[in-house]
Amino acid sequence: MKYFVLLAGYGEMPAWEELTPEEQEAGMAKHVAFDEACAARSGVEIVSGEALGDGSMATTLRTRSDELTVTDGPFAEAAEHIGGYYLLDAPDLDTVIELCRILPAYDIEIRPALDAP
Amino acid sequence: MTSRSVPPSTPPERILEEVYRVEWGRLLSLLVSRTRRLDLAEDALSEAFARAADRWPRDGVPDNPAGWLHTTASRQIVGRIRAEAIAGRKAPLLAVRADWDPPDVGVDDLGDDRLHLILLCCHPALPVASRSALALRLVIGTQTDQIARLFLVPRATMAARLTRAKKKIAIAGIPLGAPIGDELRSRLEAVCRTIYLAFTAGYTPSDGPDLLRADLAGDAVRLAVILHQLVPEAAEARSMLALLTLQHARRDARQHDGRLVTLAEQDRSQWHADELRVGLRLVDGLEPGSGYAEELRLQASIAARHARAADAASTDWPAIADDYAALERLTGSAVVRLNRAVAVAEADGPAAGLALLDGLDERLASSHRLGAVRGELAARSGDADLARRSYRRALELCTNEVERRHLVARLAAVDDNGRRPDR
Repeated sequence: MKYFVLLAGYGEMPAWEELTPEEQEAGMAKHVAFDEACAARSGVEIVSGEALGDGSMATTLRTRSDELTVTDGPFAEAAEHIGGYYLLDAPDLDTVIELCRILPAYDIEIRPALDAP
Repeated sequence: MTSRSVPPSTPPERILEEVYRVEWGRLLSLLVSRTRRLDLAEDALSEAFARAADRWPRDGVPDNPAGWLHTTASRQIVGRIRAEAIAGRKAPLLAVRADWDPPDVGVDDLGDDRLHLILLCCHPALPVASRSALALRLVIGTQTDQIARLFLVPRATMAARLTRAKKKIAIAGIPLGAPIGDELRSRLEAVCRTIYLAFTAGYTPSDGPDLLRADLAGDAVRLAVILHQLVPEAAEARSMLALLTLQHARRDARQHDGRLVTLAEQDRSQWHADELRVGLRLVDGLEPGSGYAEELRLQASIAARHARAADAASTDWPAIADDYAALERLTGSAVVRLNRAVAVAEADGPAAGLALLDGLDERLASSHRLGAVRGELAARSGDADLARRSYRRALELCTNEVERRHLVARLAAVDDNGRRPDR
């Protein structure tokens, strides 16, 4: 199954740019450890993963009555804090949860990708 | 228990009921593990029981009722999977853990996979309100309309809740299989909380004619029995079972003529003595622990002290007050503090109890119980003014008709003679 893992800088994990260089380095080390743990686990693969620009870099498109509008900022206030994502291939939810424990203390949302019907 | 242990003259309908009660969860767990399809397994097993209801009275009860049901359900499943394949439909399979093996299904010994089914139902990724309902439906076989009755929601709401939960299990990939080590421990806590929620729902007073639903709380007790059988070494499972057994043994004494009867007023001859003995034996083997297991142990200890008292007057209140004090240190709960105040009032007099209520007003601002307890203790200590004010405050907050009538009667008693009537 594919899982979309959304990393948000809430709670104990402040925005990346507010971290000291040492903290950033420690955070990167955790991402590297996550990468290694995924590689070591059978049936698990990181399909893709990126750090994302913050909410002020976001552009939102909305279509209302067939009219597309383009606005500055994220589509919801909560999305301000999204700092990155992984797309994982993994056998089950518990495996994803276990692996995510390795990451820095983001608030993490896990969504299953739906198979084409 | 199977038909072998019931008298041969027992009518087939009764045997079928008993087989349903005893075997539903185990059969479903086996079918789920093999097919990795919750909906399919559940439908097929329901169909097998429907066929048994049709055939057994006519053809006689088979020698191995559980085996018959398993075979019948398995044939259903094969047929349905074939039909799905022909229609070109592909339903998602349940995810499984990497180390997961489907259970062996022998001819005489079917095996048991209920622990995996319970863990699946109580997964923390499911909404809390769905976990209890799902566990009752899948592990006990409680009908959806009965689960709706238990949680006081319309049947359609409960059916939708169960459907969504099953869908999430499949789509989100919540896996079958046993977690290990620390993870199993935290998952067991979730299971115990789930069972406790289902149990307390049965004793939550409703406004309708269905004041308590003790029959359905009994289904939650059966979940606790199963969990304890499956993981006898788990302290929280044993404490949970002890607590629920002791509380549930009082069910027949808890209401009378459509009203609730307080513990002190209950007719103790209506308590189920055999069940109390079972509960007390479970409590006796418990060692002090930590965390949620210790919370449950202390609650079970309190229930045991009530069970051991021949009448309300001989209750060991000082020991109960100590248990509540330990429970309050552990949980920091305002509700526990309130219960502790009641116990301390019984042990050391109403003034000592009243003192413990200080500081609870903000923390229990929306609960009528604080006013009810303070009113009671104030009346007992002769402070009619405080009693009146407290009962009125409780009445402002209480919405349950039965409890309101009780409070109105207490208030009237204070107004009549300035003191609480004899119990």
